[in-house]
Amino acid sequence: MAMTTTPTTEAPTPRFRPSSREGILSWIGTTDHKRIGIMYFWTVLVFFAFGGTQSGLIRAQLAQAEQSLITAEIYNQMFTMHGITMVFLVVMPFAAAFFNYLLPLMIGARDVAFPRLNAFSYWFYLFGGIFLYSSFLLGGAPNGSWVGYAPLSANAVSNMAFYAVGLQILGVSSLASAINFITTILNMRAPGMTFMRMPIMVWMTLVTSFLLLFAVPIIAVALFMLQFDAVFGAQFFQPASGGDPLLYQHLFWLFGHPEVYIMILPAMGIVSEVMPVFSRKPLFGYAAMAFAGAAIGFIGFGVWAHHMFTSAIGPVPRAAFSVATMFIAVPTGIKIFNWVFTMWGGKVRFTTAMLFSVGFVSMFTIGGLSGVMHAVVPHNAQQHDTYFVVAHFHYVLFGGALFGFISGVYYWFPKVTGKLMDEKLGKLHFWTWLLGFNLTFGPMHLSGLLGQPRRTAVLPEELGGTVELYNLLSSLGFVVLFGSALVFLYNLIRSLRRGEASGDDPWDARTIEWMTATPPKPHNFDVIPTVTARDEFWHRKYAEDEHHVPVPVPAGAAVDHDEHAGHDEHIHMPDASVWPFIQTMGALPLGYGLVYANWWLIGAGVVWMVAGFFGWIIEPLAEGDDDEPATALAAH
Amino acid sequence: MADTTQANAPAEAEGGAHGHHPTQQEYIRIAVVLAILTALEVSTYYFEFGRAALPLLIVLMAIKFVMVAGFFMHLRFDTKLFGRFLYTGLAWAVVLYTLTLLVFVVDANQ
Amino acid sequence: MSVATHETSMGLDHRKLAMWIFLASEFLFFGAFVSAYLLYLDTTNRGPGVEIFDIPFTSVSSFVLLMSSLTMVLAHNSHVRGDMRGMRLWILATAGQGMVFLGGQVYEFTVFYREGLNITQSPFASSFFFLTGFHGAHVFIGVLLLLGLYSLSLTGKVKVGQDVKTEMIGLYWHFVDIIWVIIFTVVYLIPELRVGG
Repeated sequence: MAMTTTPTTEAPTPRFRPSSREGILSWIGTTDHKRIGIMYFWTVLVFFAFGGTQSGLIRAQLAQAEQSLITAEIYNQMFTMHGITMVFLVVMPFAAAFFNYLLPLMIGARDVAFPRLNAFSYWFYLFGGIFLYSSFLLGGAPNGSWVGYAPLSANAVSNMAFYAVGLQILGVSSLASAINFITTILNMRAPGMTFMRMPIMVWMTLVTSFLLLFAVPIIAVALFMLQFDAVFGAQFFQPASGGDPLLYQHLFWLFGHPEVYIMILPAMGIVSEVMPVFSRKPLFGYAAMAFAGAAIGFIGFGVWAHHMFTSAIGPVPRAAFSVATMFIAVPTGIKIFNWVFTMWGGKVRFTTAMLFSVGFVSMFTIGGLSGVMHAVVPHNAQQHDTYFVVAHFHYVLFGGALFGFISGVYYWFPKVTGKLMDEKLGKLHFWTWLLGFNLTFGPMHLSGLLGQPRRTAVLPEELGGTVELYNLLSSLGFVVLFGSALVFLYNLIRSLRRGEASGDDPWDARTIEWMTATPPKPHNFDVIPTVTARDEFWHRKYAEDEHHVPVPVPAGAAVDHDEHAGHDEHIHMPDASVWPFIQTMGALPLGYGLVYANWWLIGAGVVWMVAGFFGWIIEPLAEGDDDEPATALAAH
Repeated sequence: MADTTQANAPAEAEGGAHGHHPTQQEYIRIAVVLAILTALEVSTYYFEFGRAALPLLIVLMAIKFVMVAGFFMHLRFDTKLFGRFLYTGLAWAVVLYTLTLLVFVVDANQ
Repeated sequence: MSVATHETSMGLDHRKLAMWIFLASEFLFFGAFVSAYLLYLDTTNRGPGVEIFDIPFTSVSSFVLLMSSLTMVLAHNSHVRGDMRGMRLWILATAGQGMVFLGGQVYEFTVFYREGLNITQSPFASSFFFLTGFHGAHVFIGVLLLLGLYSLSLTGKVKVGQDVKTEMIGLYWHFVDIIWVIIFTVVYLIPELRVGG
């Protein structure tokens, strides 16, 4: 519904501020965290299709030895863009989709701390992705792998200027989100929601945001250096003038290792929400889960050089980083055990969401085990740059992060849409997904140990028939995954259109986002709940008898929304704003200018973005200037 | 002044000991101290301090840092959380980059 | 959009909190450039090295930037006391000193360029220009923010009682000053010791 826009009492500023909630302009200008989360989700699906296509071409090429379906040049672009797409345009934004939609709802807030900045993060992500993909049409996509090691990546043949600038754009998006979410979590929790009463999902959001906060600036530096080496002749990584390529590797992995925890912690948060609900038990070891997550993040900053064991770092650093890496297994193991203990003794319901969460725990554990093997330096020397590594990270990222996100989709779909996804199709999706995934990536452990190198366009015949067989199985696995994905997509669309109505709380859940109307109203809660316990929603619904059996509480204030009360009139939500979108567009001339060393474009981009910034600052807010304490918002 | 109440109300709600606000005089005095410290730093260019020069410069740098952060950025009078953010960021950067530079220094083998 | 402070779970202003969070991350940014500079201190590729620095000149511009922090805090002080004319005066003084600093850097870089130090010369040169250049870019953004604050104050968009806005920009400005405190010592003064200045 439209919020009334009374003119400000200021000197009149005839600036346009859309206030409708219908139509495309309302989406372009939206600052509603729920809408932004939905936009992230659909954009992620599109990029997932692109990334999947790239992997399909890779698997087609490697299905047999000595094939030449695609040229080596195209192959290099495929694995590079596959990595970049899946890491930066799928997994990270998928987490953002969940954080955006759920965070305010889970802490009892009406939105995030900076709604326009939130929109800006989304648009910068979309434009960054478009910018990266435009490279296909502009001389070829980056082909120097997703890590972009210098000095090769600084050579024009790598097309890596797009990589350097594109990731810079995406980094800004993530950094802005991190600042936004940390401020929101610290400063906007509902009354009574102490840190130890927050859902684990919120804890993981906080830890992930801190990881982003400290890691993104590091890769920003690496990318600036790379870009200037590539385009402007700087000498950061050029051996001829004394530059050290190892500097790039350090800076990249100082970011790159926290990055993998940035990718997995959100999914861990989701699983920590799903499992208790479908085990009808509180999460086992809540405090340990929260602190283990923080520990993983913290230690994760100290292990980066384990990606560099085979470089010239020397034996002392190798030993140190090897030990540090093994330490991470401890908090990770704590989490694994706690998920299992959550299920143990519970009344477990294997809904599709639960199946994917169980899948997460098991597949991620497998990936973690191969990870520990990598931590052993002599093993690493054998495994590095082989398909054993590819197997490892796909087990943790696909079997881990992606399974976790899909679990979250099936779990929260009813709250977002008011409909249930079909469980039969869901189970078909799960089992084919699990089969296809293991068929694709399982054999890679073996072919890797038998010597199959990564990033190699042609499967060498001399590796032998067994390796060829493993590759064929992987390629078949891709076909199964493709079919499975179609099942998921069909279920998604069909459920959106004519899924069964879900009601507000179809799963008998534990956390307060389920209290709202379905889908939640723009202002989320009619009345901001006062929180008195962890799993607040559960405690409003149930007390426990002497056998710890939940007994429903009749009038426990378990429902937030009241259709008759008309609370909406006094709740002022921020109006939409087109400025984040407008400002983002300035990133395009700036980006292309930096790639082509064109000072006019760079200048135009800078001017555009500065103008956009000022438009943002001076546009009128809806109901009087928010800085006046007297007219500040939301009667609760 | 009519607007002090308005100015103070949000200030108190900010949860910091916003009560003590350095006066203009105090700020100027702090700036004078900073200027003297800077002059001392620059003097290492003109005079021989021998082996004391390096630790002296580092100490002076640290003092200036803490003074600007504490007084001009108001950390001494604000909630401790802000100081924790600043110094955690600083400590994190120092630790990570010292470790990194150490890797370059400690027997790089070919 | 900001929330009135009395409603927040920690009693803090969102914008001030966000600025502190952002500044914490900036240490990681500048720290990487400082590390590269230290790594490449002697990698001059037979070109100019630290002996090219003009310490007296840089000392003056460092002093100017330091004093600009004073005028910045006086601007905030004025705003808190409701003295908007004073606030604007000190804001202009701060921006002016920032521009003097930048002018000094431009001059310095031009001289270095003529003496054979440019970013394509050596890893040392690239790291030096990037570290100081990015710092300069931050100063430039700061000047823009200050001028924006000035003009918004003139048009009434920034009012008495909204000193948190000035404070936020002040925090950014002081931080940029702090980074220069570090750069001046680590990039100029300490390496200069080895030259036997």
